[in-house]
Amino acid sequence: MSAPTSAHEHPAARALAGRHRIRLWEIIPWLLAIAFYFAFPRYLGFGTELLVTILFAISLDLALGYAGIVTLGHAAFFGAGAYTAGMLAFHHIWSEPITGLIAAAVVAGAVGLGSGLVLLRTTGLTLLMLTLCTMALLEEAANLGGHYTGGFDGLPGIDIPPLFGMFEFNPLYPRVQYLYVLGVLFVCFVFVRTLVYSPFGQSLTGIRENTLRMHAVGAPVRVRLIVCYTISAAIAGVAGALWAQSNAYVNLSTLGLDRAATVLIILVLGGYGRLYGAFVGAVAYMALSHFLSKYFPTAWQLGLGLLLVVIALFARNGILGIFETLQRRIGIKRPSP
Amino acid sequence: MKRLIAASAAVVILANWAHAQEVKVGVSLPYTGVAAEIAQQMDRGLELYLKLNADKIKPYKITLIKRDTKDPAGANAKLALQELLTQDNADIVTGWVYSPNAIAIAPIVTAGKKLAIIMNAGTAHITNLSPYYVRVSFSMWHAGFAMGEAAAKILKAKTAAVGYTDFPPGKDSLNAFKRGFEANGGKVIDEIPMGGAGAVPDFTPFFQRVKDQKPDVFFVFIPSGDHAAAVAKTYGALNMRQANIRLIGPGDVTVDNKLQDMGAAAVGIITMHHYNADLDNPENKRFVAAWKKEYGADTTPDFTSVGAYDGMAAIVHVVQTLKGKIVTDKAIDALKGWKFSSPRGPIMIDPVTRDIVMNEYLSEVATGPDGKLHQKVIGTIVNVKDPCKELKIGPCASN
Repeated sequence: MSAPTSAHEHPAARALAGRHRIRLWEIIPWLLAIAFYFAFPRYLGFGTELLVTILFAISLDLALGYAGIVTLGHAAFFGAGAYTAGMLAFHHIWSEPITGLIAAAVVAGAVGLGSGLVLLRTTGLTLLMLTLCTMALLEEAANLGGHYTGGFDGLPGIDIPPLFGMFEFNPLYPRVQYLYVLGVLFVCFVFVRTLVYSPFGQSLTGIRENTLRMHAVGAPVRVRLIVCYTISAAIAGVAGALWAQSNAYVNLSTLGLDRAATVLIILVLGGYGRLYGAFVGAVAYMALSHFLSKYFPTAWQLGLGLLLVVIALFARNGILGIFETLQRRIGIKRPSP
Repeated sequence: MKRLIAASAAVVILANWAHAQEVKVGVSLPYTGVAAEIAQQMDRGLELYLKLNADKIKPYKITLIKRDTKDPAGANAKLALQELLTQDNADIVTGWVYSPNAIAIAPIVTAGKKLAIIMNAGTAHITNLSPYYVRVSFSMWHAGFAMGEAAAKILKAKTAAVGYTDFPPGKDSLNAFKRGFEANGGKVIDEIPMGGAGAVPDFTPFFQRVKDQKPDVFFVFIPSGDHAAAVAKTYGALNMRQANIRLIGPGDVTVDNKLQDMGAAAVGIITMHHYNADLDNPENKRFVAAWKKEYGADTTPDFTSVGAYDGMAAIVHVVQTLKGKIVTDKAIDALKGWKFSSPRGPIMIDPVTRDIVMNEYLSEVATGPDGKLHQKVIGTIVNVKDPCKELKIGPCASN
């Protein structure tokens, strides 16, 4: 048994260094998404909603899965982004979609930064309750500001000009919306993927696993958490803006507990802290609820509930966790070490 | 060869004939969630019309495709409608309980170019949002405005306090009542938002505040459902009747399928509405009897059921008039000015606004000889058009 000649040839070191490499299977979700466009032109409304949810779940994964910030109020940022893009367009201030996304990211990020500065002093249940409160406050503000936000009835028929001046958003066959959301999702995903494998991302995982130790090694824990929370909020804001633009509509539901809880369920269902958990969870949850409710309009929640119970009982790490366990059981080794 | 041509021609003709026979109707209702009970009342209403009028529909066939709109978020209602139009090729679409959903889907209705019959959603200006909308249910202004007029003229009230659930139908109802009441010499002395629609609040502080101000009438708007019983109980517990404050409201306060839960405190509540199950007309007697036979003696239809029942009547009228071949523009023309003997009395679709014209009934809750609570009509206003559009108020003006 010969010792490795230098430190970076040690299997552990190679595994660490190779973690961020793009694996062949990572192309599959994107191929599937493009195939979906051609195979199911009449399901693109559902597809668009699905992609927006994936992006929203990814933003939550960054905060919850990687940095361990337990939040039940992530819809606050989704809604902030949705209302930013929606109100700018509705009041004819600024309606170009892509710059609308940037504005939404800035506003949602600012909300994340402002609330993060206060909230992230706390942890655990206190943090959970405070994130919930932030969302409730924003929701009530949107309700009271009905003159600008449309209140409970929402802002109807937001006029979004054609993308790049060429591709018009069709409300009945949302092809352009689908590709637009897919493109933005890809860009955001590449960003998040790069981020979580960067030293910054590694320090977030460190904070999640052992905050005291991170303090002890001199990492600026609170600053890192606030930065992470702000980035996560900005991405959630982009997801919200995409939702508002592709639906040509914003209402209070974008700030509701329903949305925040659903995305949390989706992430836990798929497997958090795994990047692709958002994809798997969103597809499983939304496809099941969409098609069950289509064929059993009154009883579809039963099927969905059973799935959640089964996952909660037998797969604590979500659907991706099942695959990981199986891999270990049949002894397939990870390719890198 | 000749035989083959003849056979294929026959197949084509048969296929066309079959196509003309079947009319696909997409129904979007919140079959799950907080409004699931309303959806059930409505689903029963529309199924009952089809059952009672099976011979009217022949030789055509109406196929219902039901979809769950789940919540008021808009997105699910949009998806359901998109798929009804593009996958199922629905000829007519109908349903919608929540106003936000009816507002959210308006661009799709316009793009889809199919007749869309609103069976419930009551925010006044919805029918202005798409030229394909026809509403058979009501506008919040129908009952609110009429109640305001009646409170001043018939109940001779000088002052009123208003308590409302703080969401758009509540605000709509408040504005409508205030407009009608103050135009006839009354004065609204207090407006109290009483929490959101999601949960039933403790009404005591709101009602106590009203009691301290001693108005002649207390106008309450709450969503039809579980709020109603709590309103009646609080009103009774605070002895407000003994303080000579009359509880009034639109019919949501005394909705039929919750009336028996309200207890003795409900006696004397005065409401304005277009329907209650005790209405004395032959159509309604037939309707209520058929309902109880079909769904059980302890069930009762309410105004949401009648909205769906009349919606289905409108669809059957369109199918008959167009002989099963639905062309949207002709369908809308067929409904403009359409008259029908509904369980709520005579109704008509206003040819200008595509909204409903109907009677409003002033009713008082009383204990009947059977010991149960009933609603007794004490006044009728005939052929009421949506006052919001008549008076061109706010978004109702943009037609």
